[in-house]
Amino acid sequence: MTDTQTTIEPAEIELLTFRVGGQEYAIDIMSVREIRGWSKATPLPHAPDFVRGVINLRGTVLTIVDLADRLGMGRTDTKERNVIIVVHTGVETVGLLVDAVSDILAVNKSELQPPPEMAADNEQAFVSALMIAGERMVRILALTAALPSENTEAA
Amino acid sequence: MMDEDDPMAEIRASFFVECEELLEALQDGLQIMDDGEADDETINIVFRAVHSIKGGAGAFGLEDLVRFAHQFESVLDGVRSGTIEADRNAISVFFQSGDILGDLVRAARDDDVADDSRIQGVMSSLTAMLGADAQEEETEEEVSDFQPMGLSLDLGLDIGDNDAPALPDLPDLDTTPPPATTAVFEDGYTIHFLPDSSLYASGNEPLHLLRLLREMGDLDVTCDTSALPSLSALDEEKSYLSWTIHLTTDEDEDAVRDVFDFVADLCTLTITGPGKPGPGLPPTDAPSSPSTTNEGATADVSFNPPQDSDISPEASVALKPDDVADVKTAPAPVTSSAPAKKPAPSASKSTKPRPTVRVDLERIDRLVNLVGELVINQAMISQSVMETGLQTNSKVSEGLDEFMQLTRDIQDSVMMIRAQPVKSLFQRMSRIVREASSMVGKSVRLKTEGDATEVDKTVIERLADPLTHMIRNAVDHGIETPQDRIAAGKPEEGIVTLSAGHRSGRVIVEISDDGAGINRDRVLQIAIEKGLVPENAQLSDSEIDNLLFMPGFSTASEVSDLSGRGVGMDVVKSAILALGGRVTIQSNPGKGTVFTISLPLTLAVLDGMVIDVSDQTLVVPLSTITETLTLMGPDIRALGPQTNVIKVRDSFVPLLDLGFELGFRSPLESYVGSIALLIAQEDGNHAALVVDSIQDQRQVVIKGLQDTFGRVPGVAAATILGDGKIALILDPVDVVANADGRTRSLKSDLRLAG
Repeated sequence: MTDTQTTIEPAEIELLTFRVGGQEYAIDIMSVREIRGWSKATPLPHAPDFVRGVINLRGTVLTIVDLADRLGMGRTDTKERNVIIVVHTGVETVGLLVDAVSDILAVNKSELQPPPEMAADNEQAFVSALMIAGERMVRILALTAALPSENTEAA
Repeated sequence: MMDEDDPMAEIRASFFVECEELLEALQDGLQIMDDGEADDETINIVFRAVHSIKGGAGAFGLEDLVRFAHQFESVLDGVRSGTIEADRNAISVFFQSGDILGDLVRAARDDDVADDSRIQGVMSSLTAMLGADAQEEETEEEVSDFQPMGLSLDLGLDIGDNDAPALPDLPDLDTTPPPATTAVFEDGYTIHFLPDSSLYASGNEPLHLLRLLREMGDLDVTCDTSALPSLSALDEEKSYLSWTIHLTTDEDEDAVRDVFDFVADLCTLTITGPGKPGPGLPPTDAPSSPSTTNEGATADVSFNPPQDSDISPEASVALKPDDVADVKTAPAPVTSSAPAKKPAPSASKSTKPRPTVRVDLERIDRLVNLVGELVINQAMISQSVMETGLQTNSKVSEGLDEFMQLTRDIQDSVMMIRAQPVKSLFQRMSRIVREASSMVGKSVRLKTEGDATEVDKTVIERLADPLTHMIRNAVDHGIETPQDRIAAGKPEEGIVTLSAGHRSGRVIVEISDDGAGINRDRVLQIAIEKGLVPENAQLSDSEIDNLLFMPGFSTASEVSDLSGRGVGMDVVKSAILALGGRVTIQSNPGKGTVFTISLPLTLAVLDGMVIDVSDQTLVVPLSTITETLTLMGPDIRALGPQTNVIKVRDSFVPLLDLGFELGFRSPLESYVGSIALLIAQEDGNHAALVVDSIQDQRQVVIKGLQDTFGRVPGVAAATILGDGKIALILDPVDVVANADGRTRSLKSDLRLAG
């Protein structure tokens, strides 16, 4: 996945972009462990709605977060084509359910813009930066904020 | 241990691990002494254990520990030499000393402070046993014993007057090289003694050995200083001196060897028996190889094989042909020249420990995990092969069967790695008995059986608390006072027996006492007083016995500071249930009470019932299910507007819908014909959980959920089924405890998950 550019300048990061609820998001590729197809998750009782349950990832129990639901865009209607991005945050490994993976972009950190503060969107806390890719706007996901362990109660 | 590259902390850690082993050996030895089956070797083992702890503690500057261990050691030394008699009282003091030694070790490890008053108490008992005389002087000397000693340089070399404190004590110490004095003494032993550097490094002192020899008879000691280099070339940490000793004594050869017992692997030692001048030791240039040391050494003195291939220079110097040729050897010479790096703590004549490897627990857990994967994977392959519709006698199926067998074997073996003998746990309990019995003024003795029974490490750890509680109960409530026992015609000393064994894939731990048994009238009376059972309840004997496990029950009429702390047997029971175990009571009035704990062998695998509820597959631990039943119309009775109970024989049990309680569905319209699991709760009550169907009963590999999601209410863990899907393992007791209980409301906005 990282073949596109073997030497990474300190100022440059690679981003994995993906679509969630029709919007384009990105995360630092260094936190991505793997990308796999959707498989039915075992629901966890009394879990917040955006936690779709757990799946078997080669023997480990992996929690699946419905990212669209988490970002306030409604529950993902899961199909075969949906994708799970397995991310690791340093403390935990979680699967993010998204619509599709789009691209890998190498960008300079200076291209990232801080998101404007807008109180109306409660999803806004999940966006750490914005950037322009061609004609599109890509939102950089604030990974730790989106994961269940820190926000279980808030949800 | 002496590796300088290692950070100190690591050495310390390994010292404390060793201490635990030594303490265990100590307890074992004391137990044997207590059983009256001790021989000299047992006392030696005990002595050695204390000595090794002292030595290590000295190296780490743990002064409290050294001081206490030293005193203990001195008394044990007295026992060894016969000046102190090891009677029951003495052994009881030894046990206490062992406990305190353990306390001090743990205190030192955790930077804690041990209970000083207790230490002082036992310390004074030890001092009393030693008697006042002659101990002062010895104490002084031996404290310097564990500081690595430099060489005393005034042997033959006239360099100043430095510390050779005991030289004047030795008769006939001259500095003539050995050849002049190695004439064979027909009536004595000729001992050639060459200490390794490690002998000094481990805090031993040749002087003490020589003194011990002197006590046995007439001594003629010659110190060989020929290996001593010039002062400029001298390495003060090295050993250059050797001694040739002629001993005229009535003692036998073993007694002479015993003197060198502790240093046997730290020196080169040759003992030639009286009047039996053997052939000279053949010159050899491989002095430390095991084959050389074994040659002719059929005596029962053990030595550790060289732990390190690099032979210290001293050893080779000493065995240069011209030195060795002079030494006459008896038919059974013992030449131990292992340059061991530490005083071998396990060196013992009778019980040679089997070789073991110390492995990080994390690595084992990883292996256990991987094998769990293998088991799951094997189940998945089997399932997919089955689905292809292959014939059962095909090559693939046969190979698969073998594969299944192998995975099972591997799993069993891996589980065995985690298993540990319950001995360490039982030893801790013997201390509880000692403390508890002295606190309530009863004389109680703990007998243990089957302490080699192996149980999963986690089970052992988590069993400690409930077991402590039960042992205390047995001493406090089970065993009668000495007066009552004598009145009942029993021996004054009560016996609590702790036994362990395997029975049909489970571990059975039994705690029995030979006390008065459960006073059922009194138990029932208290239960009625506390409102735990209705006043006119007719209960069978076993039902009354089981009242002990009810929360808030305590029989002791006066609250003792030992076991009457408001924490009852219900806590014990829930702790055991949490381990997937069961506990039962049997009581025989006048004869005693037996508590039986039945535990799973491991916490990594669980016997479960695979059930379906609202399209979800779940596993319910078999140990929590008392029975399964199909609900009949007349059995279901409405309780409140939204709740039902069912009639199970003569009692009413709350009916709970598992699918609803887990948030998977709304309550059904009717439960007639549904299948329900009867779940036993910790308080002895039951609840019925409605499920859709029961699939199977099987062993499942437990996967923790905590790492990924934290605690989920009602769910104990997860497992992976043969189809690769994750199934949750239910914690039915938790489900019941947090149950909402609705089984009749028809409207609900609950959404089906998944």
